[in-house]
Amino acid sequence: MTQRDGGQQHGAGPMGAGPMGRGPMGRGPMGGGHMGAGMMVGEKPKSFKKTMRTFLKYLRPYRVSLIIVFVFAIASTVFSILGPKLIGNATTKLFEGVVAKAMHVPGAAIDFTYIGRIAIILLGLYLLSAGFNYIQGYIMSGIAMKVTYDFRKNISEKIKRMPLKYFDTKTHGEVLSHVTNDVDTISTTLTQNLSQIVTSVTTIIGVLVMMLSISWLMTVVALAILPLSFGLVSLVVKKSQGYFKKQQAYLGHVNGHVEEMYGGHTIMKAFNGEEKSIRQFDRLNDELYGAAWKSQFLSGMMMPIMTFVGNLSYVGVSILGGYLVVRGSIGVGDILAFIQYVRSFTQPLMQTANIANVLQSTAAAAERVFEFLDEDEEVSEPADAVKMENVTGNVSFRNVRFGYNPQTEVIHDFSADIRPGQKVAIVGPTGAGKTTIVKLLLRFYDVDGGSITVDGVDIRRFTREGLRGMFGMVLQDTWLFNGTIRENIRYGNLGATDDKVVAAAKMANADHFVRTLPHSYDMELNEESSNISQGQKQLLTIARAFLANPKILILDEATSSVDTRTEVLIQKAMEDLMRGRTSFIIAHRLSTIRHADVILVMKDGDIVEQGNHEELLAANGFYALLYKSQFEAASTELDPVPGEHAS
Amino acid sequence: MQKLIKHLKPFTWLIVAIFLLLFAQAMSDLSLPSYMSNIVNVGIQQGGIENSVPHAIRASEYTKLTLFMTDGEKAQVTGDYIVLDKQSLSAGDYVKYLKTYPQLATTSIYKLNTNDKSEIAQMNTVFSKYIPVVAGIEQNGIATYAGSTFQVPAGVDPFAVIAQLPPAQLDAIRSTITARLNSITESMLKQYSIAYLSAEYKILGMNVSGIQTRYMFRIGLFMLLLTLASAACSVTVGFLSARIAAGLGRNLRRQLFERVENFSNTEFDKFSTASLITRSTNDITQIQMLMVMLFRIAFYAPILGVGGILKVLGADRSMLWIIAAAVGAMLTMMVIMFTIAIPKFKSIQKLVDKLNLVTREILTGLMVIRAFNTQKHEEEKFDAANIDLTKTNLFINRVMVFMMPAMMLLMNGVMLLIVWVGSHQIDAGSMQVGDMMAFMQYAMQIIMSFLMVSIVFIMLPRASVAAVRVSEVLETDPIIKDPKELQEFNGSLRGMVEFKDVSFRYPGAEDDVLKHITFTASPGQTTAFIGSTGSGKSTLVNLIPRFYDVTDGRVLVDGVDVRNVTQHDLRDKIGYVSQKAVLFSGTIESNIRYANEKASNEEVAKYAETAQALDFITVSDQGYDTAVSQGGTNLSGGQKQRLSIARALAKKPEIYIFDDSLSALDYKTDVALRKALKKETGYATVLLVTQRISTVLNADQIVVLDNGEVAGIGTHTELMESCGVYREIALSQLSKEELVL
Repeated sequence: MTQRDGGQQHGAGPMGAGPMGRGPMGRGPMGGGHMGAGMMVGEKPKSFKKTMRTFLKYLRPYRVSLIIVFVFAIASTVFSILGPKLIGNATTKLFEGVVAKAMHVPGAAIDFTYIGRIAIILLGLYLLSAGFNYIQGYIMSGIAMKVTYDFRKNISEKIKRMPLKYFDTKTHGEVLSHVTNDVDTISTTLTQNLSQIVTSVTTIIGVLVMMLSISWLMTVVALAILPLSFGLVSLVVKKSQGYFKKQQAYLGHVNGHVEEMYGGHTIMKAFNGEEKSIRQFDRLNDELYGAAWKSQFLSGMMMPIMTFVGNLSYVGVSILGGYLVVRGSIGVGDILAFIQYVRSFTQPLMQTANIANVLQSTAAAAERVFEFLDEDEEVSEPADAVKMENVTGNVSFRNVRFGYNPQTEVIHDFSADIRPGQKVAIVGPTGAGKTTIVKLLLRFYDVDGGSITVDGVDIRRFTREGLRGMFGMVLQDTWLFNGTIRENIRYGNLGATDDKVVAAAKMANADHFVRTLPHSYDMELNEESSNISQGQKQLLTIARAFLANPKILILDEATSSVDTRTEVLIQKAMEDLMRGRTSFIIAHRLSTIRHADVILVMKDGDIVEQGNHEELLAANGFYALLYKSQFEAASTELDPVPGEHAS
Repeated sequence: MQKLIKHLKPFTWLIVAIFLLLFAQAMSDLSLPSYMSNIVNVGIQQGGIENSVPHAIRASEYTKLTLFMTDGEKAQVTGDYIVLDKQSLSAGDYVKYLKTYPQLATTSIYKLNTNDKSEIAQMNTVFSKYIPVVAGIEQNGIATYAGSTFQVPAGVDPFAVIAQLPPAQLDAIRSTITARLNSITESMLKQYSIAYLSAEYKILGMNVSGIQTRYMFRIGLFMLLLTLASAACSVTVGFLSARIAAGLGRNLRRQLFERVENFSNTEFDKFSTASLITRSTNDITQIQMLMVMLFRIAFYAPILGVGGILKVLGADRSMLWIIAAAVGAMLTMMVIMFTIAIPKFKSIQKLVDKLNLVTREILTGLMVIRAFNTQKHEEEKFDAANIDLTKTNLFINRVMVFMMPAMMLLMNGVMLLIVWVGSHQIDAGSMQVGDMMAFMQYAMQIIMSFLMVSIVFIMLPRASVAAVRVSEVLETDPIIKDPKELQEFNGSLRGMVEFKDVSFRYPGAEDDVLKHITFTASPGQTTAFIGSTGSGKSTLVNLIPRFYDVTDGRVLVDGVDVRNVTQHDLRDKIGYVSQKAVLFSGTIESNIRYANEKASNEEVAKYAETAQALDFITVSDQGYDTAVSQGGTNLSGGQKQRLSIARALAKKPEIYIFDDSLSALDYKTDVALRKALKKETGYATVLLVTQRISTVLNADQIVVLDNGEVAGIGTHTELMESCGVYREIALSQLSKEELVL
């Protein structure tokens, strides 16, 4: 969490570039803008070229707009670069007039017509420059936002086409970070850096031309200072990066300790661990302090250095310019112009030098997004998909073989025939892979060998949508979303009327408690849906399944953490729900198991036994062992470990 | 924000130093333009001649100048000059001076012989009055000043005539001169004098261009020194502000952490753990950044701005209105833009959260969504969130891209205006070109500093949110404190726990969670608490180690109210095993030894064995040295729970509290553990919270809770007879036949 908040390294948001980011009209001798970007420690993409090619493909639809943006950016830059020179000319003219007057040259006067003309030309140029600049920024942000939007949309659409397998190995955070961080990086680069490349390069060339047109000697002097500037800056950057990394590491330690101690606060207190904890905190905190101020100091050196170098050239230009004016090779106003050119030179140079970094980290972000978009998708649907109207609910497994990865097969040659309306209990100890069968039934995974049929049709011959439409699911991990209770129930059948929603809630024994809630069916569930109890959530998911009215059911019995009274309601609702439907139950409750028509006993991912309660007891195998140890402990639960379904 | 100021106290002197340094830096930064102006005005325009006081002048010209002076002026000037001539100089000196003034060979020379600044300044006013007069008479004759009545025949030196005039007539001429001079601006007079002096130096054969270059290099050197000084100040400020910011961060972090460590659960509930973590980590880092920004920008910009204004005021006020107008325009623009943009800025975070939420839901609900075939629906939800975010972002971006060109236009407009107005001022003689150039730079500095200040004003409220959040925590006093007067435990009771008519209500709640609870748990006995979710079982046991204080009634441990002993002493008696096992990073051993570092290796092994942890510890390569990651994520829930039990055992407490801690164990371990525990905890008081009937079957005493009230106390058999609630719970879990067992 802390990392996510700290994210966004370059130019946080639209404010980042700073209002005075570029442009030839300089600042006062304060110099230096925001040099933060120069500090960035970029990440590198695996293949820059390939990523950039793909990226350019995304920009293709906007190529006309992009050309306009670039042309306008160049025009805007060129117009504003002309400014200082023209102002300089006006100043020179002014100076000449003044000197002539001082010398008592007859008829000497300041040439106000000339100055006035220049002023009008300049005003025009400035207006044009500002106008072009705004138009290019306006268009560019439009492009950037559209591209960003497309990226996000593609990712969200991609998620739905990806096999479940992908998400076994990836955390939600990783996928989430594509949608937010990676896309944000790309967006920032597009809005801020793309036209900046153009303007920076134009500025550098333009300013160089203007400087040379004034005096090659001064240009040489001004440029001679640059290597000094770069040398100093890169020295500082190198030094400070070391401390910066240290600081981040130590900050991580401190934050880790804080999280750990706050998270375990009760335990820490119960065991009188305050002193110990504070001692350790002090040690970590001191370490952090040492690295923090050094890193802060060094990175803060950038600005003074830049300012210093800027002022050096200011001084150099002033002296040398003065000398040249006396010799008559340049005008007084040229000094003024030159000072401004020198000032506007360093910023774009730094930006250009940094562009490589920015592009690299952008490419790295883009690469992650592209890789995600290129991931394997679910096997495509059959062209001649079977459509079935009246499903009876006959499910057959024929010599099914399956493994989550090709090396380790977990289900070896499993066959079973489940008749319509039968109850199938899936039992087994923790980690036995009880949800595997569910995943196979719903085709989240495809079997490696054999087949599964519904009413005699191989489930691979249905469309996924068609297949899943026959099933209803009530999982222990109740998935509810941030929305009203009504919306959450309606999720089972998006077209259902309000009356049907209420009817389903009634069938699920949920109506009563819903009506006691504030706003009743319109009560908003919060993000963690923590404003209703676990048991109530269960009831809602059952209502959802009622509304979906499927032929085949998949149920996941709750293990614990539901209070006894709600538990009774849930059991009753589940029983009602199962009536007349073929049901697969991941079972924990003895009564459920006993009354099941078929019990599938699972161990280490495989189905080791099947039959009904009596048969299995008689067989005296793994099931019998489980059942007996159950009695010995006088406990009702075969598998008391909650959270098992996650396997 | 103000609340943090007291934490800056240890750094007062450093902050004062920063202020002084920033002041020095601003002074040197502000001096640069005026030096540049000198290069233009004096260096270029005046050939390096700074004022009207001649450094050297021919004796003949000197006499002419003194003609018009009053006696007082004459006395002042004469004292500061020495006469150089061939006869009076020694041979060595003569050769030396001849090099500088080649004309010494033909004429005697008056040489300036003082460096005193005020002296020179006084003489400057004198000379700049008379040099133009002498120059005027030399060029146009005396009639200019004395009127037509005063005729000098051609070919006669007018100065010789003047020298002969009676004092009264000289006075009359002097007053006409003064009157005439008053109509000419000072800077014009200066220009006349400079031109005269430049010509005089040439006549003396002095190296005029040498004077000019020397002057320019001298000024250049000053500028360099100033630049260096400015950089030095800036670096030192950077050093100091880094130390202060990091130091403040360290102190605050430390104080906050210590404060939170002393919080009771009430405060944790009030702030939430996540929020406390953010406050101790991110918020402090934010404050650190804020400090640096404060020192470098928020302090510096006003100093620079005010300094710039002072400079401008000191030099020329006539164009101040341009700066005022520009600053006004800029501020108006900023205010307008930010009133448009800030509400949108605020909504951005919400929209990002919304998009994240939808994405997270899509990811966590992957199976459900596919099972219900609602991908399309989810996609529409995502798209809606995506469109909202994109639209708002676009709006903000477009407002922001307006800012840059607009600012540039403003700046450039200001420059233009300065040139236009300035050139008229120059034409009128009230200003020099170099002054105008310097004015441009000052204008930029002032506008920039106002810009900075306004940005700071916009940023500050947002940044200070962190400060407010931190000080909220620092100002919160833990509700549970150690008593001033302590009581002694009654040692003979060996861990007896008594509840006497205890009621408890969570702060801010409408209803009591526990109502009038009374029972006694004795040493050597197991007291079990059972009841449905929300019946108050966990809350009840949390009152014993004083995680919360009772609202009413008393909790006694060893005969003493828990509020009358120190928390430390009280908790020393208690071995607590929470519902969700919490381990700390370190090793398995460091976790078992957490409360008892002196435990021997044998003891550690024994506790591990009792807690049924031995099997997985011995299987691991590193045994007891197996690393435990933060939050114990590298161990399973059951393993963590067993270690947390071993940890409680290692404490050898008088009272054990198991807060529903056995339900994470599988049945086998559960049974084995309870058997082993019985041996270990033989003489201790055991309090056990559970939802499982099977766990309580053999307890010495079962307390049945229903809606915060005691529904019954007794053994299993007794309660099956007498307590309806108990029977209901029991029957929901076990069948009749099983319960008989």
